[in-house]
Amino acid sequence: MSEAISHAEARHAEAGHHEVGFLRHYVFSTDHKMIGKQFLTLGLSMLVLGGILALLVRWELAWPAQNTKVCPEGCPVPGFGWVSSDSNLMPGGNILAPGYNAFFTMHATIMIFFAVMPILVGCFGNFLIPLMIGARDMAFPVLNMLSFWTSVPAGILMLASFWVSGGPAAAGWTSYVPLAADPQWTGVDWGQNLWCLSLIVLGVSSLMGSINYITTVVNMRAPGMTMFRMPLTIWSLFITAILLLLALPVLSSALGMLLFDRMAGTHFFNPAGGGEPLLWQHLFWFFGHPEVYILILPAMGIASDILAVFARKPIFGYHAMAFSMIAIAFLSWIVWGHHMFQSGMSPVLGTSFMMTTMIIAVPSAIKTFNWLGTLWGGSIRFTTPMLFALSFVSMFVIGGLSGIFMASTPVDVFIHDTYFIVAHIHYVVFGGSVMSIFAGIYYWFPKMFGKMMNETLGKIHWLLTLVFFNGTFFPMHIVGVGGHMRRIYDPTQYDFLAPVQHWNVFMTESALLLGAAQLIFVVNFFWSLAAGRRAERNPWQANTLEWEAPSPPGHGNFPGPLPTVYRGPYEYSSPLVAEDYLPQARRTEPAAASAAAH
Amino acid sequence: MLDWWLPHNVSAQGPFQDIDWLFHVIYWVTGGVFLVVQAALLAFVVRYRARPGRRATYTHGNTRLEIIWTVAPSILLVMLALFSRSIWADIKEHVPPTDMTIQVTAKQFNWEVAYPGPDGKFGTADDVTQDNDVHVPAGKTIRVVLRSRDVIHSFFLPNLRFKQDAVPGHEIPVWFKVGKMPAAGTTDKYEIPCAELCGFGHSGMRGWLYVHTPEDYAAWAHANHALAAAPATQPGA
Repeated sequence: MSEAISHAEARHAEAGHHEVGFLRHYVFSTDHKMIGKQFLTLGLSMLVLGGILALLVRWELAWPAQNTKVCPEGCPVPGFGWVSSDSNLMPGGNILAPGYNAFFTMHATIMIFFAVMPILVGCFGNFLIPLMIGARDMAFPVLNMLSFWTSVPAGILMLASFWVSGGPAAAGWTSYVPLAADPQWTGVDWGQNLWCLSLIVLGVSSLMGSINYITTVVNMRAPGMTMFRMPLTIWSLFITAILLLLALPVLSSALGMLLFDRMAGTHFFNPAGGGEPLLWQHLFWFFGHPEVYILILPAMGIASDILAVFARKPIFGYHAMAFSMIAIAFLSWIVWGHHMFQSGMSPVLGTSFMMTTMIIAVPSAIKTFNWLGTLWGGSIRFTTPMLFALSFVSMFVIGGLSGIFMASTPVDVFIHDTYFIVAHIHYVVFGGSVMSIFAGIYYWFPKMFGKMMNETLGKIHWLLTLVFFNGTFFPMHIVGVGGHMRRIYDPTQYDFLAPVQHWNVFMTESALLLGAAQLIFVVNFFWSLAAGRRAERNPWQANTLEWEAPSPPGHGNFPGPLPTVYRGPYEYSSPLVAEDYLPQARRTEPAAASAAAH
Repeated sequence: MLDWWLPHNVSAQGPFQDIDWLFHVIYWVTGGVFLVVQAALLAFVVRYRARPGRRATYTHGNTRLEIIWTVAPSILLVMLALFSRSIWADIKEHVPPTDMTIQVTAKQFNWEVAYPGPDGKFGTADDVTQDNDVHVPAGKTIRVVLRSRDVIHSFFLPNLRFKQDAVPGHEIPVWFKVGKMPAAGTTDKYEIPCAELCGFGHSGMRGWLYVHTPEDYAAWAHANHALAAAPATQPGA
């Protein structure tokens, strides 16, 4: 039995104005737009929490609480003096080593699984897919609702781990075994179990979402919307959904094995019982590397669309852009070993993984050059979404290039597990994904909420974010080259790190300012929601189908019949029309239409 | 510029010095690409800013350009991979003839360092074991058999560009060779941090590498565990 809304039903829904109650509208909604907003709320709240955890980690690295020279009276984190002196994490605000390990573990886990994924995949995926392909809702609206409401208990389980005895998981977001497999190594008992359970539950949520996205994109495109007329945002979300569908079961299985090892006495990973610790790393990274692309592909798609809109130019090399994402999706399955060069895995395998890793840089290079090609000859409008999309390109380039150092197996011998890798992933996930998230929020806010965000506040937010982002993360390359290990509680314990310690102070100060700059975004978000200028239907003069719907779109998305698509999504500055955009759904004269259809 | 911060490399000539060479090659290649791309981005953003009366160029792309910027990075990256391959093989696959073997067993939160003792064999009564201090002669190839008692650790010698995880259930043979000879009568001292998160004591899990001149080392070994009587070479040990 299909749960898809038939077109007739949808038309009935919008014609009949049948009222739904508060619960059905705001809580247990089956409307993809409301579910998208729910994921946005979840993701942004978790972004705040993950950010606070990051600042705790940074505070400790600049002013290590246990260093009696730097902190003769301790260095309590401002605002955390209330924490009980019995706490084994941060008594009176002074972070202890177990607390430090818990904070960076939870920072990464929350940011990856509960902030960036829910916003990029959950929010943009839900909100945009039906609107941009011209459908009235997702293929399975009830499954969609369940997907969100499965992610909520996953989040509760994860947050609950802060209150269990022993504290939350503290073995890193990678939870390498045997460290994560037995409470005796970390002192963390239920915290790690809840971590596993939470991610298993969240995996179910993501699976429901990805099945829905794939089905919707394959089956429910508006008339005329061929695959190669889809905006790159939709291509990226479609490919991401396929990666999720294939990668998450591997993570869930590995987490199940870890739970069995912890709770049922099995020995999948315990060498004392014949298990193999490297098996965990293989399983984790077999999931983990596609996961990295799950975090960046939608960001690439969103940035591509926004660059074309505000350069007023067709995207350069549309097919190359789509095929390079497909290439990334395939290659992402055969590069996982590059996380394991120093793990004791066969060095011959290391060489193979280096080759595939070098090759996966090529599609990213192709995309970068095509973004530059899109800007070339454009007529660029510097709106807030465009500024964030441009920063995405600029920062992603840095994150991509730094990856080449680690891809090279001999260089990796030295920089593996140093701050160089921390710099790399933050240039990709913050400089890339989060910049694109901001671009997307500023760009689609009018469609989501029917209001415009304030451009002046937006531009101040952009400038401060870009400056302090680089202040926070660029020096990580430098301290990494200095040999600074990641995940150490007190860098001042090491003589060879003394020359780079002043950078730790600088990075922490930048991080505090980076965090403060986000308050401008929070103010802008809520102020615009309440009192922003009313958004017109197509405020950015864009071509894609979501701008055919009212702002915000009602139930069923498109008043009247579904739009028919006549051309690709990037007909900006087309010679066929006087204005500099030509929406996908606008019918032109037959001769002109056939010329544009190439 | 990044190399200003590289710790002083005291490895002997060979693959561990080549790591720095390759680092610089990648540094200049990526640095060049970085400058070109960022400069192009900046130039396009300034030059093609919206101005009244000007319309954007209507183009969907250029196949020749696509081919160029697919092939060029592919060639560059495959070349980097080939440079990397041989250095990597010299580090991890082709262990040179060994002058001396020690066993390092990682445990929360110490490096347990074992010398075979006068008989040159591990697992016998004359083995000498101490925590965290590794004494080696300069100019000799030291083979390390790396093990772990509990969780995964990583044996890291920043000044020798050396790193290898220690995995419980595995014995991983690795090697290094200090090239910088200490001044006569002195000992050089380098830190051995743990580079893989291993629990709440990960930070501060640190040993010291003491590098002696071969003569001083013989004296030290004789005084400390009569090691001087041990055979100098153990091929395939």
